Amino acid sequence: MSAHAQLLDLAAGAFLLAAVAILWRRDVRAQTAWLSVQGAALAAIAVILGADRSHPELYAVAAAVGLLRAVVLPALVRRAVTARAEDRESAPLINVGASLLAAVALVLLAYAVAQPLVRLEATTAARALPVGLAVVLIGLLILVTRRKALSQIVGFLLLDNGITAIAFLAAAGVPILVEFGVSFDLLLAVLVLRVLTARMRAVFGGSDLDEMRELHD
Amino acid sequence: MDRTFADTALLLLPIAAPLLAAAVYAVAGWRRATAHLGTAAAAVILASGIAVAVSVARNGPLTTLGGWLHADALSAFLLLVIGSVATLACAASPAYLAAEHAAHEGGSRRRYGALVSCFLAAMCLGTLAGNLGLAWIAIEATTIVTAFLVGHHHTRAALEAAWKYTVICSVGIALALLGIVVLYDAARHAGLSEATALNPAALTAHARALDPAVTRMATAFMVLGFGAKAGLAPLHAWLPDAHSQAPAPVSALMSGVLLAVAFTQILRVKQIADAALGPAFSRTLLLIAGLATLALAALLLLAQRDYKRMLAYSSMEHMGLIAVAAAIGTRLALAALLLHIAGHGLAKTVAFTASGHLLQAERTTRIEQIRALATRRPALAGILAAALLALLGLPPFSLFASELGIARAGFAAHLGIPVAAAFVLALVAFAALARHTASMLLGDDEPPAAGEPPKAAATTRLSLAARAPLITGLTAVAALGVTAWPINTLLSLAAQGGR
Repeated sequence: MSAHAQLLDLAAGAFLLAAVAILWRRDVRAQTAWLSVQGAALAAIAVILGADRSHPELYAVAAAVGLLRAVVLPALVRRAVTARAEDRESAPLINVGASLLAAVALVLLAYAVAQPLVRLEATTAARALPVGLAVVLIGLLILVTRRKALSQIVGFLLLDNGITAIAFLAAAGVPILVEFGVSFDLLLAVLVLRVLTARMRAVFGGSDLDEMRELHD
Repeated sequence: MDRTFADTALLLLPIAAPLLAAAVYAVAGWRRATAHLGTAAAAVILASGIAVAVSVARNGPLTTLGGWLHADALSAFLLLVIGSVATLACAASPAYLAAEHAAHEGGSRRRYGALVSCFLAAMCLGTLAGNLGLAWIAIEATTIVTAFLVGHHHTRAALEAAWKYTVICSVGIALALLGIVVLYDAARHAGLSEATALNPAALTAHARALDPAVTRMATAFMVLGFGAKAGLAPLHAWLPDAHSQAPAPVSALMSGVLLAVAFTQILRVKQIADAALGPAFSRTLLLIAGLATLALAALLLLAQRDYKRMLAYSSMEHMGLIAVAAAIGTRLALAALLLHIAGHGLAKTVAFTASGHLLQAERTTRIEQIRALATRRPALAGILAAALLALLGLPPFSLFASELGIARAGFAAHLGIPVAAAFVLALVAFAALARHTASMLLGDDEPPAAGEPPKAAATTRLSLAARAPLITGLTAVAALGVTAWPINTLLSLAAQGGR
């Protein structure tokens, strides 16, 4: 196994581990720290692939991805966290132990579902691809089971990191212009969600999504 | 002047005009002089839609900017629909906002003008994108710019709707991105270059080389993801909330064209999937999504107590029917589908705009609190009744012709059972809509309860400026129903992807 392959496995492992850690921690501040770790792992994946396939433009993409996902987006979420303790809790619907068990099941599911993609080519990158899908599924789990506005943003970011990882591992990234546009949209979406969270605090006196039940049939 | 330059200008115009209007709104704000700037931008979209349609019908598809922008008959048709619906909705905006402003409600009009214009630009970009990645970016951009439009009214309910809308649509559309990434992987392994691997035409041409298992996965993710934005089950929960809370002209745009723009991406994906996998896979997916959406909409329409939500569920019902038509996938079905998109877009615009006037006049969205509208406000009642008759699919409106076309195409394609099921569900929705509308228009005008001031709103008559776009819209739907000749060529060209 080449050094590149070992490094790639290490980075992919760190990427998945960060997702599990986000599921495990209930404090939103701790979650954003792990988001930074995950963003850095994602940038590392891009750098290793760039070195392995001698794609120098991947270094530029890696720098941009690292800046956005390891620094800017986690900082945006962290700055929205208020000092109030009840706001920092992510209020899971199912307890942490059960969430972690569910995560194990989701990782297995991801490996099963991603088989057609892994079979397309026999490289280390393609073999690591189910990790990206597992992070997508863990992101969805957080979105469904956490009832605080900020933890939903965290879940959404996890989902998006997973998709970007799949793009890198599968085909060394989508075309640069598309990647740029997607990142820009992501940044704006997080900004919009942050503004809405702030309005929610002003109107509802908290960011608990269960407070919102005016609209139903 | 060479043709490529003219083509580029033609395709950039419908994107640049609303962006320019947005910039003016951002700088100059909403004044008497700028109030109709959005309408002007929308008219430019309509005019360039006509120009693109003529050019496509004469010389075939246009491609510029290295394939990033592309217009075929389908995009030309959609551009026409966006242009006409947007012209009506923008023309109705000043009267709506003025009434709201007079009642000291609503958010900043400057922001409204800028965001609605950006929204139009994003929809045009999504329609003209020659690359699935760019189309995705444009459709996610529509979510971002409309989030604050949904939350325009700063109420608890509007905030809740805006949050649900942004989260569900962003997550749904993220799943579509996953599908696009997976398809890109398959395309690169099938030997397509980086520049063409997300190009629908190139993908369809090389579909046989795509790995079938990977393509199936990509198709499922994209139908689910773009389906979320098109209001199809299972990710539809945002739709009734967002459509009922947004300002009426925005609801009209979201319901009338945004759903269709998102659905067009499903049509493009379906074309690739059908070429790679045969029609059975995407047909099954679309039938399940379409019938589930129809069933949900019909069920929730039955017990509906809010007329704006009633209109929102009616949009879901029509999108379900459109998904069933896409599943049938024959030429006749696709032509009927496109006609249905146009008819529904125009009729729903009139219905939502009229419901906005109704809300401003009656101060309630509850169906049971509105009685005898036909005698108290004959003009508004007449317009609302005509729009709902159009939405119910009665002649002379074009939805009658398109629903008939879908039914005929379904039986011809030996899909009798699912199509019959779809129309039974549509009939349930029909009955529910008809009953609710009748109870608002007719019924006894009970005297106001003691102690309650009599409704003073009877003096607020529908002004000519408010009435003109509504009547124009209704006339257009009726004209389309009587004769579709101006768009016949375009319809048959756009439906050529069918079998």
